[in-house]
Amino acid sequence: MDAQQALADLTEISSQIQAAVVFDDTGKVAAATLADSTRADDLAQAASGLLAAADAVKTGESALTQLEVATGEGNVFVVRAGKTVIAATTGSKPTAGLVFYDLKSALRNVKPTSAPAKKPAATRKKTATAAKKKTAARKPTTRKKQDET
Amino acid sequence: MRRSIAALLGVVGGMLAGAAFIRRQSAHRERADLYFEDGSMLSLTNGSPGAERLLPLARDVIRKTRGT
Repeated sequence: MDAQQALADLTEISSQIQAAVVFDDTGKVAAATLADSTRADDLAQAASGLLAAADAVKTGESALTQLEVATGEGNVFVVRAGKTVIAATTGSKPTAGLVFYDLKSALRNVKPTSAPAKKPAATRKKTATAAKKKTAARKPTTRKKQDET
Repeated sequence: MRRSIAALLGVVGGMLAGAAFIRRQSAHRERADLYFEDGSMLSLTNGSPGAERLLPLARDVIRKTRGT
């Protein structure tokens, strides 16, 4: 699914999410709910900075996958899956579990498009299977014709 | 007269106590929860060194979404 479409679905499903942005580990924005691209870039950079600061806080060996910061002005959620990151803001006192679930679902929908190398392989497989099916479908008809004659 | 003054003082006192309670609650509400790959979670409450670093960054993120 297209990243922009995934975000549109996300904001439609979750009324708690006020704004969201999808970006990669370099900070490049894939999609955002903000119309202004400059503001979307700023938001991605700020969220990336927050994630980097949270990475610095961690004490163990395990990687940081998601975070929630609750402030008096609202809450910030960031979820990371591989190189793709989704950040979202909500109002005060959101249902954190639901927001995380929705963000993870959106990220799963975004992920296939962020890995374009996989696409041609999948198309090739499909065409190969389709060709096999076509030949398989043709064979019995030829046989039938031979039987009939 | 004394009764009305006592009632007024009671109302003012209650309002002040309520305001202090709300302020304290909102201060407690500020926190940062970090979730790790192994399933562990670290909650940093307002006042801890980690939260002091993350809270201003989060406020900055929120302001950027609101365009202020």
